[in-house]
This record gives sequence, structure tokens and C-alpha cells, in this order.
Amino acid sequence: MAEPVLDIRDLSVSYDTDRGRLRALRNVSFPIDPGQIVGIVGESGCGKSTLISAIIRLLAPNARVENGSILFKENDLLQLDDDAMRALRGVDISMVFQDPMTSLNPVMTIGRQMTNIQYRDDLSAADKQARAIRLLDRVGIPDPEEHLKRYPHHLSGGMRQRVAIAMALMTKPALLIADEPTTALDATLELQIIGRLQQLQRDFGCAVLFISHHLGVIVELCDEVVVMYAGEVVESGPVRDVFLRPKHPYTRKLLECDPARIEEATRNLPVIAGGLPDLVSVPDGCVFRSRCDVAIDTCARDRPALEGRSHRSACHVDVP
Amino acid sequence: MSAQPGIIAETFAGVRKDPLGMIGLVIVVVIFLATIFASLLAPHDPLEVDVYNRLQGPTWQHWLGTDQLGRDVLSRVLYGGRIALKVALVAIVVAMSTGLLLGMLAGFGPRWLDRVLVVCFDTMRSFPTIMFALAVVALIGPSLNTVIGVIIITSIPSYARIVRTQTHALRGEDFILAERAMGASTARIMGRHILPNIAAPLFVMASMDVPAVVGIEAGLSFLGLGVSPPTPSWGSILNDGYSYLRNSPWPIIAGGIPLILITLGFTFFGESLRDILDPKLRRKGESS
Amino acid sequence: MLKFITQRSLLALLILVLAVALLFAMIHMMPGDPASVILGPRATPELIAELNQRMGLDQPMLVQLGRFYAGLAQGDLGLDVFSNRAVADIVFEQLPYTIILVLAAIGGATLLGIPLGCFSAINRNSLLDRLTAVMSVAFIAIPSFVVALYLLLLLAVKWRWFPAMGAGESGDLVDQAHHLALPALALGLGWVGYIARLVRASMLEVMEENHIRTARAFGLPEHTIVIHYALRIAVLPTVTILGMGIGAMLSGALFAEIVFSRPGIGKLLHEAVVTRNYPVVMGSVLVTTTFFVLSTLISDIINAMLDPRLREGGRSS
Repeated sequence: MAEPVLDIRDLSVSYDTDRGRLRALRNVSFPIDPGQIVGIVGESGCGKSTLISAIIRLLAPNARVENGSILFKENDLLQLDDDAMRALRGVDISMVFQDPMTSLNPVMTIGRQMTNIQYRDDLSAADKQARAIRLLDRVGIPDPEEHLKRYPHHLSGGMRQRVAIAMALMTKPALLIADEPTTALDATLELQIIGRLQQLQRDFGCAVLFISHHLGVIVELCDEVVVMYAGEVVESGPVRDVFLRPKHPYTRKLLECDPARIEEATRNLPVIAGGLPDLVSVPDGCVFRSRCDVAIDTCARDRPALEGRSHRSACHVDVP
Repeated sequence: MSAQPGIIAETFAGVRKDPLGMIGLVIVVVIFLATIFASLLAPHDPLEVDVYNRLQGPTWQHWLGTDQLGRDVLSRVLYGGRIALKVALVAIVVAMSTGLLLGMLAGFGPRWLDRVLVVCFDTMRSFPTIMFALAVVALIGPSLNTVIGVIIITSIPSYARIVRTQTHALRGEDFILAERAMGASTARIMGRHILPNIAAPLFVMASMDVPAVVGIEAGLSFLGLGVSPPTPSWGSILNDGYSYLRNSPWPIIAGGIPLILITLGFTFFGESLRDILDPKLRRKGESS
Repeated sequence: MLKFITQRSLLALLILVLAVALLFAMIHMMPGDPASVILGPRATPELIAELNQRMGLDQPMLVQLGRFYAGLAQGDLGLDVFSNRAVADIVFEQLPYTIILVLAAIGGATLLGIPLGCFSAINRNSLLDRLTAVMSVAFIAIPSFVVALYLLLLLAVKWRWFPAMGAGESGDLVDQAHHLALPALALGLGWVGYIARLVRASMLEVMEENHIRTARAFGLPEHTIVIHYALRIAVLPTVTILGMGIGAMLSGALFAEIVFSRPGIGKLLHEAVVTRNYPVVMGSVLVTTTFFVLSTLISDIINAMLDPRLREGGRSS
């Protein structure tokens, strides 16, 4: 197998806050192979945003990388200087953000925004425009030439997100990071966009890092899935393995609580009891222990390591 | 009803923490005191003429020098403060009260009245203030009272506007509707609910308005269209000084200083007030 | 867009019509007949009769108002009481000087203020930033004629770096610029700090917004993001403020013209007031008010052009 296009190794990131050091990511490791679609699931606060910010190196000023490396095609992104990193952004690594209503510049036409990001390319203005039109067509925007002249507020949320995807794919990046791109859209739209994304991924062959808490979409779209909880990777592996035979108690609970899986009509949706631990003072042992129903003594003392070959999980209790 | 004394105490505590605000407050207080006690502090009679010592620079007898008639500039400046403060007090109090009334009428009254009033306000605001003042003076003739009157008329729209906006906003609030349902009269609602919410922004506005009002009076007096000689006003001191600019710069320097001070003082203080009262307003809005 | 322009223009027109009516009515609110008021101390029965006849002052007020509007539409602002020259001619002779002064002041203030504000936003709490903060509060409120007097005293009379009077030789642009410098500085100084603060506050807000994060994620260079993506949005509030600030500037321009003995509407108006030349007074006030209303209208329109969200009657924030 070829080298992974993105290899996150033992990444730990923390924030300096008034209350102390908030350890947002702890020893996160997983690879993304070329052309692979990897999904990340986890509730709010699990560290997804910090992870993406770390990858494209746009962390908040009070963030600190404690240790680890992010290897992108043999370069450690964390060691690159600012200019080298900036050269990668939008070219080799692209992003699609969550909120289509605010992610585009409101006072610039779509066309201008799409040609601006091509500033590094030695093409004529007409060529840049043509490329933008081609991409808009690929993402399913009707009458692309007209749309170049429009402003973002003329477009619906779904259309804006398509534009965002078009912008991200314009340079044929090796890695596309999609941060909950369909969370703000309604279900029908979500299916359309996901379908389009699948198609585009096949055509362009880029690797995709797809963040979502919508389990159905993850199953539909992704090859591999990484389950995160409170800043750690608790389980990872091929998506069908993980979702059909979950090894980690948290994954199991997530699946149980997924509204799409509820079979009987009920007013009370199941929830996972308890809340996230305080990341300023991370408890010893397993971070999920306080909400786990199969915890044993060891769980309070020793932090479990990710074990397994392709389907890995970090748990002391081996659940068949 | 909110506890008004509590707010005042809190406000002062807040100002004490803000260095610029404190400087502003100190300047304002000093000016007030110097003006009120002008008769005690002034070393000479401001109207006393002494032609042999005209246009002198600062000396031990005349700390800020003398003007073209030998009058002591320092004394004139001190007494000039009385004019400035009198104008500010009268004009702002009258303009604010009238603006309050009109604003509440516009906000609470029938739609057509609101429209008419708004058009009147906008028309008034379309005149550059000094230009309008000059037009009035051309008709009536210059005098301090004319100046005060013009300032009042041109200030009312600004006060009325914020009162109107606030009244409009509160008009639809649930607790107002509840009071109406229980039969409260409009006057009662305006007095008990609208007024306390308006008080803070109005007060801030008044504070920020003092420099502008004093500036207009000084400006008109500088043009010779305000106080009649020989009454000293900061503007008239500057006017005299301007005519004799090349002989002695001191009347101009001296006349400008109190204007600068009063401007800085009230502006710093007003900004400080606004910063303190603003977030508080929002918090009050959230809890009610 | 067209609908927006039409709506705003009609409103502006209404305001102007009312303003004219008000000015006109003021003459008639005075005790005594209009002719005596206009002639003031020079009134004699013959002059009164002549003025009545010439200006139709003995007719009912509404008829006079109608005639006045009709005259206005043709550009007739009445006649100077002394010289019988058309007020319109007199006023428009002086107007360009004032306009140049105001434009120079605004231009200078904007050219200095916007970069200053931008710099302050990027380098928060630096010395320059704090200095600007204090200066902005201070200068905007100090009466501009005081600033003008001090500038005159120091830079023109004492150090003689700049001329103290007049507008300069016509035809000699450098000389005229030299004469323009101090008055424009006196007018614009307050605005530099104010604009800088506005831009700074705006920039800080905009730089936090999501679309800036997107721009960074696409690897755009920081200076492009600051200037073309953020500043573009951040300067919008400045345009509105400037439109409204022109009114204040017109008043300030009057003082600048008098302090520096510059020709212009301000000087004209002042002389007319002192000599009770009411037609000229009214003409000057009318013209300046129109200028003010127009500039507010134009700034609203430019604002809408720059921020497309405002065009359809929506709000930008």
C-alpha cells in the first residue's frame, strides 16, 4: 500500500485558558490513505475542530501543540514555516466549512472569490474564470456563468455549500477536509450534496476527511471511521466493522442513541447519561469511565491504549 | 421598578476605575467650581479697563495677560465660564425635556403623528447648525437668548429621536401590554417604564452634548453674534484676540484653553458613562 | 437598486421642500412686514414700496411661497438687497471655494484615518493604537475654530510656514494648495482620529468572521485578506459617517473661512448676516442645506453600492 497522504501521529494540543491548560487533544493518531474517505464522529467538545485547525495550522493564538506530528506527503506540517504552510492551503489541502451562510465573503461576487483563490496560478483571467465555471458545473450549479456574477446572499444555503465545494476542489487537492458540511442543511439537500461529493471524490481521486455527527451519512460516504471522545481516539477502523461490531462502549452508546435507528415510536430518545469530563483536569485512567456501564477497576487507573490491527479500540474491557 | 440609587452608586464606582473617565470628571468638577466661585477667584474685575497695560503677556499681576482694553484675561475667562455653563444648562435641560415629550409622543402616539414628527425632525436636522443659527440671527438680531433658543431648537430632534426609538422598542414588549391590559394609563406607562429605561442614554447624550452646545455659543460669540460686549464669553475673548492677533497671542491662547478643557472633560466623562451604562442596559433588558 | 435610489431621492426632495418653506416662513414670523424685515435698519417708505413691488411681498404668503418655489426651479434665488445682483450668481461664485475646502478636509482625513485604523486593528494596544484612541476622542469634539485659531497662531503667524490669509493666486495650483493646507487641516484633524477608531472597531469585528477564516484556509496572503477582504467591509460604516459628517464640516468650514480669511459661502453668509442682507442669507443657507442633503443621499447610495445586502432594503447588521 502506498504511503498515507496524511498521517497524524500522537498529536496533543492544548489551550491556555483562564482556568488553566485545557487539553483538547491527547495522543490522537490515525492515517488517511490516498483516495480514502475517512470520517470522524463524536459529540461537541470531542476535539474535532481543534484537530482540523491543527492540520491546516490555523489554531487560535492561545493554542499550543504539546507533541506529535502531522505528516503530509512526508512533510511534518507542524514543522513547516508559515510561507510553506500557506503554499499548501487551498492547493494541496482544501477545506469546506460548516456554515454556508457566513463562510463566503458577503461583498464580493462568487466569481471574484473563485478567481482570487487561483492567484498562484499563471493563468489569464479568462482561463481562471473558465475553470471556475467548469467547477460550478461539476457541483451541479445551473447556469454557472450567471452565478459568477452573483453575490453569496443571492444563493440558498445548499447552493452556497456547492460553491464552497467547487472552490475547494478547484486545484485538485490531495486532501479535502469537510467540517460538517451538511449539518446546516435539511435532510433532502444533505443527501444530494453527499451524493455529489461521492461522485466528485471518485472523479478527482482526492482523500477526504469528513467530520459529522450524522452516523447515517458516515456509513454512506466513508471508507474508514474514527470515533473521538473528549479529545481522544476511542475507536477506529473500516466503517462497517465499527458500526456493525462496535468494540468501544462509547461507540455502542452512540449507535444506540442514533435517532435513525430507533425502531419504535417514542417520546423519549435515549441519551448517554452524564457529561463530558473537564478537560482542564483530565481524570486518570479511561476518559469515558464516568459514563461507561461496563467499567472495571483497571479503567480508573490505567489509560487504555488503541489496540487492534485494522479495527482498533481503546478499552480494557473486551466486548465480543 | 429598578433601584435607582443602586445604579448611581455603581456608576460612580465604574467611573472611578476608568482613568480617562476620572480625568474627565475631575476636569468637569474643577470647571464647575472655578465658574461658580469666579467672583472669589478672579483677581480683577473682568470689565475693568486699563489702557496703559493693554495687550501684555503673562505677568504676576495678570497671569494670562491683558486684552486690547487692558482687561485681565484670566478674570474674563473665569467669568466667561458662567456664560458657557448657563447656556449649556438651560439649552440642554429644555431641549432634553421637550425632546423627551415629543419622542414619547412619536413613539407611543398614533402613526400619523409619528410620521409628521419624524419628518419635522429630519427637516430640522438637514440644516447645518451654524448656518441655521446665522439665518435666525439675521432676522432677530444677535443676543445670548437668541443663541440659546437656536441651540434648543436644533438640539431637540436628536433627543427626540433616541426617545422615540426606545419607546418604539418597548411599545411591543410583553410587560407593557400586560400593564395596558390591567388598565394602566399611557401617562403611567410612560412615567414608570419608559422613563427609567431612557434616563441612562439621555444622560450620556447630555454629557456628550455639553461640548457641542458650549462650542456653538462660543462660535457664535466669536462671530460677534452672541453675547453683547463687554460681557465676557470664551468666544468673545477669542474674537477680541483674533483682531489683535499680531500684537499679542495670549487672549487667543487663553480663550481656547477652557474650551478645550470643557470639551475633553465632558467627552471623556460621557464616554466613560456610556461604557458603564451600556452593558448594564443590556443586562437589565435580559432580566426583565 | 433603482427603486432604492428613487425612494431615497424623493424623501430627500421632500425634506428640501420643507426646509425651503421653513426658511421662507421665518421671514413672515417676524413682527412687521417682510419688506421692513429684509431691509432692516435701512427701511424707508419708498424702499419698502419698491421692494414690495419687486418681490411681490405684499401678496398672500402662500402665493409668495408658490412664486418662490417657481423661481427656485428656474434657479432664481432672489436679488441682493444692496447690489441687486442675482443671489444665485453671488452664491455660486463662492461655493467652489467651500466645496474644495470640505473635500480637501475629508480627503485628507480619510487618507490618514483609514490606514491608521487598519494598523491599529492589526497592532492592538501598540503605542500608536493607544495614542490614536485618546486623540480621536479629544479632537473630534474640540470646536474646529479653536483648532483653526491655534493653527493660525502657530504655523502661520509665529513660524510662517503657511500663509495666513486668502485662497492663493488663481491659476497657481501650488500656491492655492499652500493656502488650502491649514484650513483643511483645521477642519479635518478631528476626523482623522474618529475615522481611525471606526475603521479599527469595524476591522476587529470583520476579522473574526467566518469568511475571513475561509480566505485564510485557501492560503491567501495576509495583506490581501486584510486589504481586499476585510477592509472592504470595514470601511462601509465610514462612508455613512462621512455623509452625515459633511453637515458638521459645513459649519466648521464657515469658521475656517473666517479665521483664515478665505473666500467661500461661510464668509459670504457671515457678511450677509452682519449687513442684514437677508436674500443672500437665505440663498446661502439654502444652498448649503441642499449640499448637505445631497451628500447624505449620495453617501447612502454609495453605501448600498458597496454593500449589496443593503440594496433590497435589507440591513447589513
